[in-house]
Amino acid sequence: MIDARDITKTYPGTPRAVPVLQGLSLAVSGGETVALTGESGSGKSTLLHILGGLEAADTGIVTIAGQDVGALDEAGRAALRRDSIGLVFQQFNLIPSLDVGANLAFQARLNGRYDAGWAGTLAERLGLSDLLSRYPEELSGGQQQRVAIGRALASRPPVLMADEPTGNLDEDSAARVLDLMLSLVRETGTTLLIVTHSAAVAAQMDRRVHLSRGRLSAPSDAVGAAS
Amino acid sequence: MILLTLRALTSYWRRHRGQLLALLAGLTLATALWSAVQAINGQARSDYVRAAQQLGGTEQTFLARADGGAIPMDSFAQLRRAGWRVSPVMEARVVVGNLRLRVTGLDPFTAAPGTLPPVMAQQLASDPASVMTAPGRGFAAPELVAQLPAESLLPPLDPTPGLPPREIVTDISTVAALPDAELVRLSLHPQQPRFQTPLEQIAPDLVLQAGTGRVDATRLTDSFHLNLTAFGLLSFAVGLFIVHAGIGLAFEQRRATVRTLRALGVPLRTVMIALLVELLCLALIAGGAGVLLGYLLAAALLPDVAATLRGLYGAAVGDGLLFRPVWALSGMAMAVLGTGTAAATGLWALARMPLLASARPRAWSRVSERALWMQAAFGLFLLGLGVVAAWALDGLVAGFTLLGGLLLGAALMLPLSLALVLRLGRSQARSVLGAWFWADAQQQLRGLSMALMALMLALATNIGVGTMVSSFRLTFTGWLDQRLAADLYISARSEEQGAAITDWAQASRLRLLPLVSAEQTLSGRPGDIFGVKDDPLYRDSWPLIAAIAEPWDALHDAGAVLINEQLARSAALWPGQEITLAPGWRVPIAGVYSDYGNPKAQAIVALPELESRFSGLPRLRFGLIAPDTESARTQLQDLGLSQGQITDQAGIKAFSLAIFEQTFAVTAALNVLTLAVAGFAIFTSLTTLAALRLPQLAPVWALGKPRAALARLELLRAVLLAGLTYVLALPVGLALAWSLLAVVNVEAFGWRLPMFLFPSQWVWLGLAALLAALLAAALPARRLARRSPADFLRVFANER
Repeated sequence: MIDARDITKTYPGTPRAVPVLQGLSLAVSGGETVALTGESGSGKSTLLHILGGLEAADTGIVTIAGQDVGALDEAGRAALRRDSIGLVFQQFNLIPSLDVGANLAFQARLNGRYDAGWAGTLAERLGLSDLLSRYPEELSGGQQQRVAIGRALASRPPVLMADEPTGNLDEDSAARVLDLMLSLVRETGTTLLIVTHSAAVAAQMDRRVHLSRGRLSAPSDAVGAAS
Repeated sequence: MILLTLRALTSYWRRHRGQLLALLAGLTLATALWSAVQAINGQARSDYVRAAQQLGGTEQTFLARADGGAIPMDSFAQLRRAGWRVSPVMEARVVVGNLRLRVTGLDPFTAAPGTLPPVMAQQLASDPASVMTAPGRGFAAPELVAQLPAESLLPPLDPTPGLPPREIVTDISTVAALPDAELVRLSLHPQQPRFQTPLEQIAPDLVLQAGTGRVDATRLTDSFHLNLTAFGLLSFAVGLFIVHAGIGLAFEQRRATVRTLRALGVPLRTVMIALLVELLCLALIAGGAGVLLGYLLAAALLPDVAATLRGLYGAAVGDGLLFRPVWALSGMAMAVLGTGTAAATGLWALARMPLLASARPRAWSRVSERALWMQAAFGLFLLGLGVVAAWALDGLVAGFTLLGGLLLGAALMLPLSLALVLRLGRSQARSVLGAWFWADAQQQLRGLSMALMALMLALATNIGVGTMVSSFRLTFTGWLDQRLAADLYISARSEEQGAAITDWAQASRLRLLPLVSAEQTLSGRPGDIFGVKDDPLYRDSWPLIAAIAEPWDALHDAGAVLINEQLARSAALWPGQEITLAPGWRVPIAGVYSDYGNPKAQAIVALPELESRFSGLPRLRFGLIAPDTESARTQLQDLGLSQGQITDQAGIKAFSLAIFEQTFAVTAALNVLTLAVAGFAIFTSLTTLAALRLPQLAPVWALGKPRAALARLELLRAVLLAGLTYVLALPVGLALAWSLLAVVNVEAFGWRLPMFLFPSQWVWLGLAALLAALLAAALPARRLARRSPADFLRVFANER
């Protein structure tokens, strides 16, 4: 489902450019859940952005759901995100002027896969049924993150990418949100790539890959999968 | 997808209704002021055209004498015999009571089709004899018909709306019967024979001219309308500052939403189209409201403007306003273009915004000093351009380029000037809070600079126009005292009554000054020659602005002439030079006098000289020097004069000053509106930016400064910035006043006025500016003082 080969990315800097990703390769099968871990500044978010079509790699090939991301123009990459990828951000990135119901349905309406029944199920499972007419600023951090997860899954994407989705939440809320996300992902057969600092979160995934100095390192099964 | 994107973007306004209202109000006000001016100008111009059409077509080609004199009948006959298809136009000057009228006679037999006034053509078609046989039939404006006595030399008159106030049009045979009727021009038929004897061989003194052949109201009033348009444009520009601030902030606050939309798969193109659709809708809504408001504003202002145009220029402008699609569409177009202009930088920034950059609002980021310097340098360039244009170009274009360069240049230099002052304040701050206050003001400058620039434009305009009007008023009042030195002004009904008045004055040993004049073209301009008696009144008080030694002796003993300032400036004629007053009458100029409010050229010669050149000039108007005006008035009434024929000096002064005040009533209204719009711009900026300032205020609050104290500091900062802007606007306003008095007035009206300073006006305006800033900042400050601590805490929770 996700296939990245020989990815490099360097940011311009002073006094010299900073190489972030150095010939990295990663493959994730359909329905697999993978945790991407690494130290701060190791390039986890950059890799997620490249895989999600938000940013371009300097070199290498990225294929998502069979589409070569590098061959797509801006509109093509937007279509890829809209149709094939659900993104969950650390800062939630909800649309502040839309209520919870509209936020939840937004991407599904964009890609034409809106299903009121599925949206209702998601809202119920995520504990948002009573909050549908509220606005994001009226919600707690945990509630906002649940809306963000609901928005991503409501569009039934084959791939879900989450950038530290529980980083802003307390331990209990984080655990509840993660459980919900994992159960929904597994029920729908969605591929999940999650960036996290937390060993506990990583432990709940099918596989864990570690990013260090621009390359994927231990555990060895990750390298094996990539090759 | 566009609809969904549009819904997501426009949902912002549902949550920010105040901001939406401010934006719409700004655009509505801007469009309203622009449309009002366009509506007034459009109405006046259409009235001029209607009047011209009523008089017999607008643009025709005609033959006339280069010096404006009468055409000999022989020339007409020879031209006709040589095959020239020309139609004679005769004119006569008639004085009825105290009205000086022009009677124009047209020839229905030879006039080209479509060139006769429509009303006359209709009458000829239905009853030709009534027009062409004695006593004839004339056509005049209804108000003139109502003023005229039943018995006079004139033919029976049909009230005809749209004709100028002192014009009568009739058949040529009727005019020919009037005293002093002259053949003044020959209208050329558009289709002429292929072969004609050249004009130079038949009538070498005639020249081909185009136009209506009479003093053209549009030419005289062009400068007035240009002034109004400039004001409208200025008001529109000030209104656009509000729109710019509103749209810019809306874009700023939606940067995160735009990024989210794009991350969720909305192409950038779709986002941009949605934003353009949103802007178009806003522009159309506000434009529509603005056009409607403009119509109401114009309807309210038009009577004053019409009175001004009638009083100053004798132009035929009615009080009624018709809705015209042209200016309504122009208003809508300005609203759309203005919105586009105001939004251009915001749209460009959004289009170029990287998808992954920080989504935090950047409105409060410190503006780079380099950008400020570059903006100021551009302002300086515009200022220089205005000065060079004023020096190198001629006419009103030069004047308005200077004004534009001055105002825009100064506005662009304002942010840097303020930044430098604030930096100085920061370096002088002794307490930590003081240092933070100055630093925060510096940071706020970027968000407020547009509104402050608008305030500066409004203040400078107020100072400039206020100084001009007050200088004009002071000069005009003094000038009236000089010009209206006689105690009573008398109008005789007839020459017999005039003679009786003269006899009575001689018998009573009172000084009577006849006011006798003849219309004449002076240096190619329509004008009048006045004849004056040698009297100490003129010698002592006539307002000469340039003269040779002993000008009155030269006038009465050596046949010299005094000319008005308009004529002197437009023809570049000054004392010591000579002027041709009529063919064969060339005289030295002894002096130049100021003659405000008169659009025509004027010359003064000795009375016997004038009467010897123009025989039969009636002595109907007089100035009287009488120590006891009441007794003189009673005696004059005993001679059969009515109250209305005797006007005292104070009455004429009051009337003249009333016309003056009416002239500037529109200016004053626009001045107040511009300042109000600028105050509103500050309010909009402060209100919409209030939420974005939380990250700046929260740390200070957390460190122990109460919300109420922070709110007071916000008020103080707004007042400080407005005060600094006012101080910087003062020299700009004075420079503007100088430009108006010394450049624009000379180009527009032909006279230059001395500049007086009115510091008390500046103080009031300064207080008004501070009050506007205080009011504008009051609501955001009150909200800050009442803001929930949870809002401040959210800043630290990074959950904004």
